[in-house]
Amino acid sequence: MIRVVLPAHLRALARISGEVELDVTGPVTQCAVLDALEARYPTLCGTIRDHDGGARRAFIRFFACEQDLSHQDPHTPLPEPVTCGAEPYLIVAAMAGG
Amino acid sequence: MSRVRVLVGTRKGAFVLSADGKRERWEVSGPHFAGWEIYHVKGSPADPDRLYASQSSSWSGQVIQRSDDGGATWEPVGNKFTYDGVPGTHQWYDGTPHPWEFARVWHLEPSLDDPDTVYAGVEDAGLFRSADGGQNWEELAGLRGHGSGPSWQPGAGGMCLHTIILDPSRPGRMFAAISAAGAFRSDDSGQSWTPVNHGLQSEGIPDPDAEVGHCVHRLAMHPSRPEVLYMQKHWDVMRSDDAGESWHEVSGNLPTDFGFPIDVHAHEPDTIYVVPITSDAEHFPPEGKLRVYRSRTGGDEWEPLTRGLPQQHCYVNVLRDAMAVDSLDSCGVYFGTTGGQVYSSPDAGDTWAPIVRDLPAVLSVEVQTLP
Repeated sequence: MIRVVLPAHLRALARISGEVELDVTGPVTQCAVLDALEARYPTLCGTIRDHDGGARRAFIRFFACEQDLSHQDPHTPLPEPVTCGAEPYLIVAAMAGG
Repeated sequence: MSRVRVLVGTRKGAFVLSADGKRERWEVSGPHFAGWEIYHVKGSPADPDRLYASQSSSWSGQVIQRSDDGGATWEPVGNKFTYDGVPGTHQWYDGTPHPWEFARVWHLEPSLDDPDTVYAGVEDAGLFRSADGGQNWEELAGLRGHGSGPSWQPGAGGMCLHTIILDPSRPGRMFAAISAAGAFRSDDSGQSWTPVNHGLQSEGIPDPDAEVGHCVHRLAMHPSRPEVLYMQKHWDVMRSDDAGESWHEVSGNLPTDFGFPIDVHAHEPDTIYVVPITSDAEHFPPEGKLRVYRSRTGGDEWEPLTRGLPQQHCYVNVLRDAMAVDSLDSCGVYFGTTGGQVYSSPDAGDTWAPIVRDLPAVLSVEVQTLP
């Protein structure tokens, strides 16, 4: 079970309260987590990464385990504390945005 | 008694202002979509309970919201705006070619007769259409593709398609306007387009009377006389009597002919409204006096409307989509400011009063007249 924390504006858009818990099959990568998130909440499609190509939107960042994963290959496995549910995967609205 | 519903888009959410036909006591609902930029909210003429809203943010891009109950509840619909084919390039601010990139929806224009059909004018300038209530969007690529697209360039606010007008008397005829490209007309439901800018003079472009490149800020039409169009350009207020084939200036005695919105009285096709703004550099009213100007002669002769509007120390702007009229017997006129005020006049502009004073900067104002 993967824990995902969304920024307030996306929780409001998708009508989510609190963390999202996702079951991800196969390797737990950023791409796989985002695929599972968008499958459950189609409203989020295009708001975190582009429809075409899946590039991260410029003012969205991905953090976990006190690391900035935003620039990592999205197919790289996530840290073990995230994959086992001990730590959340954080989707963050950059301070430069808004 | 009839009612009015004013749909207000702001920098940080949407607001719905409602009143009965007297337009004296207002109910304020909102903010809807708090924290997001709401460029435009508009209702379907065919079903007034069907509303569309353009919601966007620099964090998360574009969302389109739809309401089927007059704005009480909303549902996100499709937000995938993909240009047709290889988008190509347009001019960038420095004159270099720049790839076409979708930024946001500036204007939503529901069909006159089908609540599920809606047009979207977007930045970078393009026209999209949905026939399923906003779920799926398809570009009407004939506009960008008619030939002049590579020479278009952005205005200060971006290269936006901000005006879409559907001709009620001639199915298939529609008009669009782009900053800074100009006005365009289609007679085949948006499949093919012709620039309609003859008569425009713009000092800010190398060829002042070029076929395209003009910074048109807004177009307006009265539905009973669709061959007459009015235009607020970057500078100059213009009029066409032949559906855009030719334009002539009707700025007349305006204190300045720079401005953004222009609109037409609901029952008097020759009565038009503008809000003069000092200049391209000084986006506030001349002398700090907020004045709507009205012409009852289709232009050239203008009178200032000031009763109830601030006549000192006022330095707000009124953006291009932030003026609207209702269709009650005594035509109501509405506009919103970058200072967050929404003003209403229930008597065609003779007197004004603020409905609200302290909203976020107002981006758009539309009004629905309800039974």
